Amino acid sequence: MSAGAPRGLASSGQKPITEILHPLSAAEEPLTVPVSGGGDKEAGLTNGTPVEKSSPASVSSLFNRLQLDDDLETDARDPYASTETRDLFVTVDDPKKHVSTMETYITYRVSTKTTRIEFDLPEYCVRRRYQDFDWLRTKLEDSQPTHLIPPLPEKFVMKGVVDRFSEDFVETRMKALDKFLKRVADHPVLSFNPHLNAFLSAKDLNKRQGLALLTKVGESVKHVAGGYKLRARPPEFCAMGEYLDTFAQKLGTIDRIAQRILKEQSEYLTELREYGSVYSSWAGSEEELRRPLEGVAGCVTTCCGALEDQCENMSQDFLPVLREYVLYIESMKNVLRKRDQSQAEYEGRLEAAILRKQEDRTPALVAVAFSVLPQMPVEVEKCQDKVECFNADLKADWERWQSNKRQDFKQLLTGMADKNISHYEKVRRLL
Amino acid sequence: MRMMMADSGSNEEVAVIGNTDITPAESENNIINTVVPLVALCDRNILRFKLPMVERGTALLRKMEISVAEAEKRMGKNTVNIQETYTVYLVETRPAETVPEGGTPAAPDTLWRRYSEFELLRTYLLVTYPYIIIPPLPEKRAEFVWHKLSADNLDPDFVERRRVGLENFLLRVASHAVLSKDKIFFLFLTEEKGWREAVLETGFQDKADSRLKSLSAMFRVKNPDKRFTALKQYSDELNTVISQLLRVRARVADRLYGVYKVHGNYGRVFSEWSAIEKEMGDGLQSAGHHMDTYATSIDDILEEEEHYADQLKEYLFYTDAVRSVCRKHELIQYELEIAAQDLAYKKQQKEELVTGTVRVFSLKGMTSKLFGQESQEQRESRLAALEQSIQEGEESLKEKNRECQEFVRTAWEDIERFKEQKDKDLREALISYAIMQISMCKKGVQVWSNAKECFNKM
Repeated sequence: MSAGAPRGLASSGQKPITEILHPLSAAEEPLTVPVSGGGDKEAGLTNGTPVEKSSPASVSSLFNRLQLDDDLETDARDPYASTETRDLFVTVDDPKKHVSTMETYITYRVSTKTTRIEFDLPEYCVRRRYQDFDWLRTKLEDSQPTHLIPPLPEKFVMKGVVDRFSEDFVETRMKALDKFLKRVADHPVLSFNPHLNAFLSAKDLNKRQGLALLTKVGESVKHVAGGYKLRARPPEFCAMGEYLDTFAQKLGTIDRIAQRILKEQSEYLTELREYGSVYSSWAGSEEELRRPLEGVAGCVTTCCGALEDQCENMSQDFLPVLREYVLYIESMKNVLRKRDQSQAEYEGRLEAAILRKQEDRTPALVAVAFSVLPQMPVEVEKCQDKVECFNADLKADWERWQSNKRQDFKQLLTGMADKNISHYEKVRRLL
Repeated sequence: MRMMMADSGSNEEVAVIGNTDITPAESENNIINTVVPLVALCDRNILRFKLPMVERGTALLRKMEISVAEAEKRMGKNTVNIQETYTVYLVETRPAETVPEGGTPAAPDTLWRRYSEFELLRTYLLVTYPYIIIPPLPEKRAEFVWHKLSADNLDPDFVERRRVGLENFLLRVASHAVLSKDKIFFLFLTEEKGWREAVLETGFQDKADSRLKSLSAMFRVKNPDKRFTALKQYSDELNTVISQLLRVRARVADRLYGVYKVHGNYGRVFSEWSAIEKEMGDGLQSAGHHMDTYATSIDDILEEEEHYADQLKEYLFYTDAVRSVCRKHELIQYELEIAAQDLAYKKQQKEELVTGTVRVFSLKGMTSKLFGQESQEQRESRLAALEQSIQEGEESLKEKNRECQEFVRTAWEDIERFKEQKDKDLREALISYAIMQISMCKKGVQVWSNAKECFNKM
């Protein structure tokens, strides 16, 4: 909390996003609720117009700016170390097991430090369990449908297959939750979501209300999706979809390879351990050769240690990242789907409107065009905004992904190199 | 010749040879050698490993250079007229240090030998010099191999490794103070024809002890030499530990191979993935190439490691040679003890005869009680015969004792030499193994830092 000035600047700079985007997400509601009456439409229009007049340009310029920010971040090597543009810091740590008569569960400590004025205090510390994270994500997805919401770790936990309370599992999950929350907190839009605020600061989460709302929205979305067929999906989204498919496939392969390597490596480790012990037992029956043999045994043992670290590194750091990206792709596909749905709805409604106008005033085509026109820009703008949101989000996320990927590989490679170097040094010590 | 070998039932060692690929007589008479075009079975520049350097301490090595230069596949028909393929090795000898400055080295004398002939030579040495730890031959069939390595006797890699092993065997024999002076060994190196007859004429098979005999000796020796017992125990331990080591090493090699090869898949995925990426594409593509390199590098690494395994194997087989010396010692010790026992019995008989008392119940005592004392003349003659026999026994005991002491002296001398050689060789093998590991690490670091550079460019 030392660099107060730049952070204050950044926060005031980002403030307009909330102002602009809140109405946008508010305008989402009339869109998802099936409307039939003209009056409702009018209302939606008047509500939206004043803000949205200016929004497309400002939003895109804003995103341009944000993208610049992202570029800066990418250049700064470690995105989590660069604190220049950050004013919200969250960490998830210290898992604790709670045993009650009803259930046993794990809570994690969620600590927040911030200078944002939306928060009453500069620091918070609450305990949350997986369910709460899940609630937050649902809420975010619900209130900000145009945005890519980072994925949570899988719920999976089949009883008996995975020990939910094992140290490894909790550790991995904790890291994933930390990642999730950091991603949300670093997000220029999501981080201003009031639900996040509540999640980070509230003593007790009131989750019931949100859940009820969710089911309603979910149903309406489903309804809309079933009713319309897309006319023409813009090529960029087709490309995006295709990219995601291929990428998911490649990622899956990499995941499989990595797991296979891990398996081979751990088997190698088992054999290597035995190899070392054979050398030391040989050393026991020699006089002259005792020292070199013990040396080899020692080397093999240190190699085992290094290899163990590497395996752990891989299963703890490398594989989870891959998994997260697999889930990330799913979330991204989800957003794309939603975009398609909104486009479908827009197209459907446009068609219906034109038809109705044609029935009313068949000869006055120009008038039709004019009467539809004021309605059309709204829809088009909305969609455009969405497209831009998606676009920007995907791009921003892409940048983030890239830097992360680089980071991860660097880590992996350094681990590998370290292993080799330590091995090398140990062996040399013998000579 | 073959009949004789088959008949000598006591001659187990040779019988074992008779069972191997082909008996000497067969290869001499029945095989119509159809020489397959000379193929250099392996690129020897790559694979030519140097086994522990033998010092040119002996007169023989000062006089000539010995090498097994080549291996060649041949086809022939054996006794039952079945076509078979076998390998022959080119034994090269050339005068050492006679090359004048600037002159061309003298053309080497060359001759072809089969593996079975090497075996015969070794058996001959084993029988003729029971007190010497005879260097072992390379393995007959590939043992302790990891899955990728072929266990086929005609596999070029295997043949090449065997060639190196056979050369090493010859050099070991040639550098031995005693063995290098052996005439048969010299003939092996210099006379292609007639060598086999010369070996068999030595009649070494008759001297060979049957395993059964030595086995019974092992259980009956009353006062075993503690040093030999310890040595035997040690060689058993060494045998166990090295074979275990080789087994585990083969598995380690298997796993390491797996680890490297699975990384090779990254090469493919990265290059496929790079097709859909813009900024990252190039980096991924070239990183993929590095992954391919990484996967391929294991082949050379493990090929080199096989050399280390061969060095260990030589000592695994050496343990048999050591045990053979121990066994010989047991046999001699047993014979000595038998002689001593015999003598003691005779002396006891004599004492009984002289004093007329029977300490132990015996048939003779019974007969004398039943049928009365024997006549004076009878006693006198029996006493004289016993006296004579005791004298002989004492002579033979003395002889056995001398023989045994001589054996222990010479054997221990050779054992000391062997120990020194073993410590030196194995130390060197371990060091070269360590160096190998270091170079493997360096290779790994190299490939990974190249890949890292590519990743950094993404």
